[in-house]
Amino acid sequence: MDKVTLTINGISVTTDKNSSVLTAARQAGIYIPTLCYHPDLHAEGACRLCLVEASGARTLVASCVYPVSEGLVVKTNTTRVRSARKLVVELLLANHPKDCLSCQKSMDCELQKIAADLGVRKIRFIGGEMKAHTIDDTNPSLVRDQEKCILCGRCISVCSDVQGMDVYSFAGRGFHTMVSTAFEQGLEKISCSYCGQCANVCPTGAIVEKDDTAKVWAALSDSTKHVVVQTAPSVRVALGEELGLPPGSVVTGKMVAALRQLGFAKVFDTDFSADLTIMEEGHEFIKRLTNNGVLPMITSCSPGWVNMLEQRYPDLLPHLSTAKSPQAMFGAVVKTYYAQKAGIAPKDIVSVSVMPCTAKKAEAVRPELCDSGFQDVDIVITTRELGRMIREAGIDFEKLEEEQYDSPLGEGTGAAVIFGTTGGVMEAALRTVVEVVTKKQLPKIEFEEVRGLESVREATISVGDLKVKIAVVHTLKAARAMMDKVRAGMADYHFIEVMACPGGCIGGGGQPVPVNWDIRKKRREALLECDESSILRKSHENPEIITIYKEFLGEPLGEKAHELLHTHYTPQNRK
Amino acid sequence: MENKCCCGGENKEKAKIDEILVKYEGTKGFLIPVLQEVQHLYNYLPKEALEYVAQETKTPISAVYGVVTFYSQFHLNPRGRNIIRVCQGTACHVRGGKLILEEVEKELGVKAGHTTEDLRFTVETVACIGACGLAPVMQINEDTHGRLTPEKISLILAKYN
Repeated sequence: MDKVTLTINGISVTTDKNSSVLTAARQAGIYIPTLCYHPDLHAEGACRLCLVEASGARTLVASCVYPVSEGLVVKTNTTRVRSARKLVVELLLANHPKDCLSCQKSMDCELQKIAADLGVRKIRFIGGEMKAHTIDDTNPSLVRDQEKCILCGRCISVCSDVQGMDVYSFAGRGFHTMVSTAFEQGLEKISCSYCGQCANVCPTGAIVEKDDTAKVWAALSDSTKHVVVQTAPSVRVALGEELGLPPGSVVTGKMVAALRQLGFAKVFDTDFSADLTIMEEGHEFIKRLTNNGVLPMITSCSPGWVNMLEQRYPDLLPHLSTAKSPQAMFGAVVKTYYAQKAGIAPKDIVSVSVMPCTAKKAEAVRPELCDSGFQDVDIVITTRELGRMIREAGIDFEKLEEEQYDSPLGEGTGAAVIFGTTGGVMEAALRTVVEVVTKKQLPKIEFEEVRGLESVREATISVGDLKVKIAVVHTLKAARAMMDKVRAGMADYHFIEVMACPGGCIGGGGQPVPVNWDIRKKRREALLECDESSILRKSHENPEIITIYKEFLGEPLGEKAHELLHTHYTPQNRK
Repeated sequence: MENKCCCGGENKEKAKIDEILVKYEGTKGFLIPVLQEVQHLYNYLPKEALEYVAQETKTPISAVYGVVTFYSQFHLNPRGRNIIRVCQGTACHVRGGKLILEEVEKELGVKAGHTTEDLRFTVETVACIGACGLAPVMQINEDTHGRLTPEKISLILAKYN
């Protein structure tokens, strides 16, 4: 790659000739504030915060879109630059609500941080007309407050370019410009997957997860209720970021301890029901493969993905595994199997789950997920919300002693923990499917073929005498391209794993912010470490799984399992 | 997405839009001329028509909505048979353009930017039509009415059905 050398603040920087001035500056350790720029997305040049002086340019230039050139001299810290940036922030704040102290995004808000960094003390333009919008909060997952929107365009970009969903667009003009859905409808009226990637990249509080912490506090303080919690695989490698630890910290034991301190009667692990999912989904796959079932079979753990399929490819629903997601399976067994075992009436159990995901909130209220006779999962909170609850309770997270999950729904294998990263469900399924079919121990249980971060990966795996062609897909955009192939009969796979979010659940819409590929990779490596350090790494070897089949469920795909652990899908007529 | 017929369930309506779409098939920048022609059909852009255009051209409906709301030439609500444009430019402003607008609004019972229920009039404002010598002025369709006073308004409006 051709290189050029430029000077930034007197420092000589050699960089790729296609770089922007902003990238070159960050390489050299020079911080330029930005709001619309996000490393995962294309540079927009909209917010004008990254203005710098560049030799040969008459005006200040936006460094995120200004290309480097040989001999270019850039100054990022002059009086002219600083006062221009301050002006930009003042103008943004003039038309922005001033309720920062009580805003859900407080302390995670990029606008708030920049205003503080730049020492904005007085807003000269206060008193002008402010934008007025109604809040969109009529769906279970996300809340959109357009009055807090600074029109950076990140949500539009992530929804279209990364997810291929095209939910948002700029609408209107001039002062009345807004980020809008078609006809300004609520998210529940249009084809939105609730993946929450828009909330992850929103620099302000304009798009946030629906906060359900108050419901959890209320349940915890109700002495007539037995409140249990499950934690998804990817939460343990991300929660630390909410509590001041570096990305990639594994905080499983501390998280369990914190949840006990919050008052949960039992702290269980979604890893248990991820293993259960593998038992059901693995056997379903073998059945489809050997009995001319609908192929390719596609995983159904990711609720954003399921929503997308129900909305945009209803004709392909027979391809989805009927196995419920781990969250949903957990919900169904906690109010049946666990209730029986513990001698507690299911009506007195409040089942809470901690998920990396905003779409899980919508999954929990699906009417069909009531096989226990009650809503199987009562309340879903995201990693971010759990972080807030731990802070609110005044728990000194770093000082906590590590604790173990409760039994009988607390044991999970290494196969379950990798559900949290793209390729993990496939790898976990293969570990079980190959051993069940061949009745032999795998010599090597890592399936390197399915690992990686490319948005589509494929491999052919030997399962006994059979050659099984598989694919692993993440992001909804890649999933749509794959579904177009399936629809056209151009995809001769037997088994496809799809995760809605970039990187899988480690990049979920309910995970800590900020997020970028460096952070996702650290979370992913941490999950793979959790797997490697596990003694049990195959779902069918989980002793609690063996017990629940023996005591309660019978056989995988058996009558009881069918009733509690499998579901059906319904086309969603949303445009 | 369900392939239910839009445009009030009439295939005739779809065929009319199809005719427009065929003309622009494969053309870069087709959206604005297509929307202009569809608007010409209905005098405004019905939601169902926009959804049909989006579906047929594989354009995200959010993007179509973005374009429609950006340009003032596009209208999402039915328009009146007669379009009134009351000038609020500088010259008309100093000569009492605001009083003229208020009188029109009072007479018709709608605010600027809106249409009367009987679809007889749509009231809009404009920021100069180049007839400052006649200020204050308003245009109804192609006719320009100048040197207005609030008293003249009801008589003028009565001429349009």
